[in-house]
Amino acid sequence: MMERIDRKLGFLSALPLGIILVLSFLAPMVVVALFSIMPPKVFDLAHIPNFAAYSVFFDQGYYKSLLWSLGMALASTAILFVICWPLAYGMAKVFGRFSLILTIAVVMSLFVSENIRLFGWVLTLMKGGLFEGHLRALTGIGFDSPLYNTGIIIFGLVYVYLPFMLFPLAQGISMVPDDARQAAADLGATRWQILRQIDLPLAAPGIMVGSLLSFVLAAGALAESKILGGQAVIVIADDIETAFTFGQNWPLGAALSMILIVIIGGLAIFGVNRIDLDAIMGRKR
Amino acid sequence: MNPSRSTRIALYIYGVVTIAFLYLPLVSVGFASISKARYLSFPIKRYSTKWYGDALQSDTVRDLLFTSLKVAVIVTIISMVVAFFGALAFARYHWRYRTLFQKLILLPIFFPQTVLGLALLMWFNSVGIIPTWKTAIVAHLVWIAPIATLIVAIRAYSFDPALEEAARDMGAGTWTIFREITLPLLMPGIVSAGLFAFLLSWGNFPLSLFTTGADSTLPEWLYAKMVSGYSPLVPTLGVMSVVGSFLLILLAFSIAWLVRSVRESRAAENG
Repeated sequence: MMERIDRKLGFLSALPLGIILVLSFLAPMVVVALFSIMPPKVFDLAHIPNFAAYSVFFDQGYYKSLLWSLGMALASTAILFVICWPLAYGMAKVFGRFSLILTIAVVMSLFVSENIRLFGWVLTLMKGGLFEGHLRALTGIGFDSPLYNTGIIIFGLVYVYLPFMLFPLAQGISMVPDDARQAAADLGATRWQILRQIDLPLAAPGIMVGSLLSFVLAAGALAESKILGGQAVIVIADDIETAFTFGQNWPLGAALSMILIVIIGGLAIFGVNRIDLDAIMGRKR
Repeated sequence: MNPSRSTRIALYIYGVVTIAFLYLPLVSVGFASISKARYLSFPIKRYSTKWYGDALQSDTVRDLLFTSLKVAVIVTIISMVVAFFGALAFARYHWRYRTLFQKLILLPIFFPQTVLGLALLMWFNSVGIIPTWKTAIVAHLVWIAPIATLIVAIRAYSFDPALEEAARDMGAGTWTIFREITLPLLMPGIVSAGLFAFLLSWGNFPLSLFTTGADSTLPEWLYAKMVSGYSPLVPTLGVMSVVGSFLLILLAFSIAWLVRSVRESRAAENG
């Protein structure tokens, strides 16, 4: 009896969100896929399909933008992992009350539009900005602005996506039992050995979710390269936007989107299939 | 196996430095917003609140704020309702497609928002809907409703289904159980989900970019000005938007604190 009610209520209560996602997430994906096989520069789907837009991807060098996006996403994910690990360890095992303060501070920063935060870095780092301006006023010596190159885009990605690495990592590390680390230490394991053979494998679910999230979000990011990078590098999201706006070539934009969607979607589905949500979110029964 | 004292101190310092790193750009924006000069350069020589006056009197700014507010409020209300039911399907009930549903919810969160916005633009176009601020609501919901659902689901995981079963055994119908048991138990989760929904919608830029049509939200306008050159109103409106968000969070925390202290004093009175 309970089970039958559960089944019915489960289905019914999934309906509102399910309908939203089918109508405004899955259906648009189908439309993108269909547009990507339309001939160039059309604005509706009533044409004979061809794969012109995909061949342009190779012919006109769009794959370079994709490689830049993926490369910078990889670099920022690796950097994020290294800088977030000690902090996540602190949050999970060392900080008491400070953990809560840190969490609130990081979450609140997420509520500030990323535009405003990136713009703040421009004001901080530009020539005559917060750093250079004050340094020059004090010492008479300025420095060249570090803005508008690849390095600063990766910096921006690291800055914006830090919370998406930090929280899953902290969650992962908190799942490493203290007993296991204690036992290893008693048996004479060095710090390095404990890290490699206890912490990293046991925190693997958190590491995977964090790395996947930051990689996927960074690969599709646009604002970092536009605002901080001054378009020193054209990223794939930039190409996609241009194809839709200035280029007025929806099929090209759709094909570029599809390539990104397949890569990102593949990674996301791979990751989502490997995590047990019930366990991570604390199921009781 | 506790870390040494010096390691602990180093970790605390690292934490404080991280917070400073996260908020440093906002400090620059704050200073820029009260600089008198039209073209900003540090160190700032003369301060003035002129730009705030300009911003408050501008019709454009009023329209931007109003559009952002409309979108955020409607997104919040829909997200709270959808997340309440979604969380039950996610965490509480055992039904056939539960794991599939859980995965479907995660996908939009893992998705690049700019591309999602473009996909929606094409979809609206092919079914003949002209994008306005109303379509932006749909775009925000695709990303925000799943997040809100996860937040309520955390709360739903911690509640004891025996409470509902007991009510049913005593003859309560499905609606009565929802109203009298499930909803009050999940309420804290629903309220925080609403807070998240509002703030995420208020600050969102990549989803609005392609889905607002001729209308414009505050983050969109800021972005347009940032990439096309400097305007002294950019830092000013940036600060106003941030202060607005933080005031809302402060308000939420104080209401939560009030509710708790009222409850505690009542419990004390009733012994």
